[in-house]
Amino acid sequence: MKYIKYLILLLTLCSFNSSYAFGKDLHSKITKNLRCLICQGQSVYDSDSEFANSLKILVKKKLKEGKNEKEIYSFLKEKYGQWILYQPEFDKSTYFLWIMPVLMFLLGGAIIFKIFIIKKN
Amino acid sequence: MKVKIFPILIVIVFSIIFFIFYKGLQNSNIYIPKSEFKKDIPNFKVEIFNSSKKINSEEIFKKNKFYLMNIWASWCAPCRDEHPFLMSLSNQENIEIIGLNYKDDIEKAKIFLNKFGNPYKEIFLDIDGTLAIEWGAYGVPETFLIYDKKIIKKITGPLNENLLLEIKKLIR
Repeated sequence: MKYIKYLILLLTLCSFNSSYAFGKDLHSKITKNLRCLICQGQSVYDSDSEFANSLKILVKKKLKEGKNEKEIYSFLKEKYGQWILYQPEFDKSTYFLWIMPVLMFLLGGAIIFKIFIIKKN
Repeated sequence: MKVKIFPILIVIVFSIIFFIFYKGLQNSNIYIPKSEFKKDIPNFKVEIFNSSKKINSEEIFKKNKFYLMNIWASWCAPCRDEHPFLMSLSNQENIEIIGLNYKDDIEKAKIFLNKFGNPYKEIFLDIDGTLAIEWGAYGVPETFLIYDKKIIKKITGPLNENLLLEIKKLIR
């Protein structure tokens, strides 16, 4: 009886829940990065619109087919354009968007350096 | 005289940033999907309305022919508004209208077609809405004008008289 208890515990720990959770996490990660194009300021993950629900099913299907995150994004980008992604990829139309925070950070740092450190000396 | 480069540089950088954001303010923040483009139609296998058989899209869409792919549902009110335009277009010989029944109850869809008429040569079933996404659609109603297996015009929303005239002009 004792062994059966341990066996049940072991089976529970080794159940497929963890692998299912992994797939679910990736699904959530992808749908959180997709913009619901017919909603205002909502991701596909957060929205309950017909469009968002269909996209959630589609992402699930694509993951089941063995497609990875990047492949799903490029498939949807081809259909709806870069706008569907909350985090746009680095290309010639978005390089300024990505470089800008770094530039601002460097500029801010330079100002601080100039005012507080050089002046002190 | 010692030239102060640093303050000048800051002013220049902030002026550029201000200019970019100012230009950005003038852009519309409403997303408008592109309507004019040439995109290949997707390949898919789909269940046919009123029949249990599945068909490949290649068997439907032929080269050098005009097709109008209309996404519709019986629960969609604007679809009722555009239905008379589809009925009038179905009389044209140089175009075939294909329907994509979107997330619908089949019995209700049948009632809809019996009541308002059936302009479709073939109707595809899209129970979970994923086929509409393969087409790059946003919802219902949506219409695609296809020629040579390419989407040449996309209409988001219901058809109206002006759009009908435009379609007739394009397929002439």
